Amino acid sequence: MNDIILQLQQIEKRFGDTKVLDGIDLSIKQGEFITMLGSSGCGKTTTLRIIAGLETPDSGRVLLEGRDVTNEEPNKRNVNTVFQNYALFPHMSVESNIGYSLRLKHIDKATIKKTVAEALDMVQLSGYEKRMPGELSGGQRQRVAIARALVNKPKVLLLDEPLGALDLQLRHQMQTELKRLQKRLGLTFIYITHDQEEALNMSDRIAVMREGQFEQIGTPEQVYDMPLTSYVARFVGSANILSGNVSAIDEQSVAFNCQGVTVFAARRDAPISIGQTVTMAVRSEKINLTPQGAGETGLHAVVTEKSFSGGVLHIIVTLDDGSELVSSRHGIDSPLAAGDSVTVSWKPENAVLVDL
Amino acid sequence: MKLDDTPVPLPWQRREKRFSHNGKFILTVLPLYIFTLAFVAGPLVYMFILSFLQRAEVWGVIGKFTLKNYTDILDPVYLKTFWESIKLAVLTTALTILIGYPFGYFMAKLSAKWKSRMMLFLMIPFWTSSLIRLYGWIIIFRANGPLDKALMFLHITDAPLKLLYTYAAVVVGMVYALVPFMIFSVYSSAEKLDWSLIEAARDLGANPMQAFLTVSLKLTLPGLLSGVVLTFIPSMGLFFIADILGGNKVVLVGNVIQEQLMKAHNWPFAAALAVVLTILTSVMIYLYRRLAKVKDLEGLV
Repeated sequence: MNDIILQLQQIEKRFGDTKVLDGIDLSIKQGEFITMLGSSGCGKTTTLRIIAGLETPDSGRVLLEGRDVTNEEPNKRNVNTVFQNYALFPHMSVESNIGYSLRLKHIDKATIKKTVAEALDMVQLSGYEKRMPGELSGGQRQRVAIARALVNKPKVLLLDEPLGALDLQLRHQMQTELKRLQKRLGLTFIYITHDQEEALNMSDRIAVMREGQFEQIGTPEQVYDMPLTSYVARFVGSANILSGNVSAIDEQSVAFNCQGVTVFAARRDAPISIGQTVTMAVRSEKINLTPQGAGETGLHAVVTEKSFSGGVLHIIVTLDDGSELVSSRHGIDSPLAAGDSVTVSWKPENAVLVDL
Repeated sequence: MKLDDTPVPLPWQRREKRFSHNGKFILTVLPLYIFTLAFVAGPLVYMFILSFLQRAEVWGVIGKFTLKNYTDILDPVYLKTFWESIKLAVLTTALTILIGYPFGYFMAKLSAKWKSRMMLFLMIPFWTSSLIRLYGWIIIFRANGPLDKALMFLHITDAPLKLLYTYAAVVVGMVYALVPFMIFSVYSSAEKLDWSLIEAARDLGANPMQAFLTVSLKLTLPGLLSGVVLTFIPSMGLFFIADILGGNKVVLVGNVIQEQLMKAHNWPFAAALAVVLTILTSVMIYLYRRLAKVKDLEGLV
């Protein structure tokens, strides 16, 4: 248990009548890259601010290396933040920005200069010492903000959607760089994003947040392949959701009735009984579409739309009850056309029961 | 590594664009130039010329060059007046900073609803003539007036204070008249302040005072300095406040100018005093520019 660096215990926070955080618990290991993933307003930024000390929880505790820091001032905690808008001091040069925390500690000038130079080298901005923040591009400001937060050697680095303002290409590049930096320094990162791809790409663990609570905390594989709830299944990798009444159960799978057709999903480590209403999630890439009458059994649907993006073809079909499903595959086109009647099927092991 | 995102244009690069005029641009600013020439430069030149002329026996001036008006200012009486004016202006400005800076700073932190309410509260006094408001102070300050009565009722004093026609009364009147300008200019500066910068400072290890000094104060300094200019300069010349609340006990440059102009009819001497005052004021603005590191006075208004 010694490698737990940060613990949140039953944190609650209200703003007026709104409950922003509803009793969250989280333990973070030293050197871990943990991402809080959620849509805006889910409480992820508030959680980060509570860890930083910029906000005080109404109840619950924050433990940093086992020490209760819940009511400690932000300047007393060895935790630093990379702010969403970078929050670089506009009246200070890059050098002064990065050296700010060191100057507060009254470290001698030569050491500060050396440390700042090292930090700039780390974020590949050597030679930018004398620039003002207003003279930097978004990506460069981002790097300065990271260098400024890291120079203090924090126990935990908090990153509040640090790549949100960057364009797609730069974002991908920075994702890789951030991950590499984190591994090299062996630092604990708590990262906030609403971008599931970013979360899957970078994290050791993902905490999916919704309405002030964690829906699921797990590795990217767990969250993606075995979502606990339909919310997680939809939010992470936009899965298709279907529900129905359980008709049969065996060792591996559960059969249930969905729109008059018996479909199958993998069994899960949770009690289940005949007649129970269940919800399942299946990823779009796991959905097969076959032309009607080809002998395949499954749900009946009509192709409504095809779209191609990012090397993946998305085929949208409408079920008899009017709900839509998405099937995706690699490739540019398929022989199916809008208006075709198709049978929708999937392998039972690719369908996950959720909301149990 | 490749940095493929292009840097934003540097401030001076952006500026060049703003100053590239064409013919139409000249036409649009022409009224401004005419107005400035007629109502700002004209009177200044007139005053400057006047200050080198001689006063006529009874009325008006004689068109003969002289430096006498300026050598007269070197009289200890007038030098002392200048000195007293500067001292009062410094004191007034210091007090307006003390009251106006926190006021303007915290006003910027209020919710939008309260901001506009506060703004209204600050504007309401301006709907009444400043002279009338000064007479209000006479009522408050006079012996056995509301202030005296209140102080005696609370047993803070046991006899009426002679508050009216004192130096303190003049200072109160000055601060009262000028504090809104300090509040407004600090507020306009603090309004633009990105509060997340203060959080960033705290996050990086600054205590509240250090965060204020290194971030908030630095970034609101232009507002504070323009507030200083807006209070220091008028407080050298607000003769009617010294007149009304100070009786004849407090004599400022403004009072001397008014006296020379209206009572002694010595226009050239009044002009010379005004020229010296203008020069002092210009020095102030120059220092402001040096301190605030601004190339133009846009931060001032």
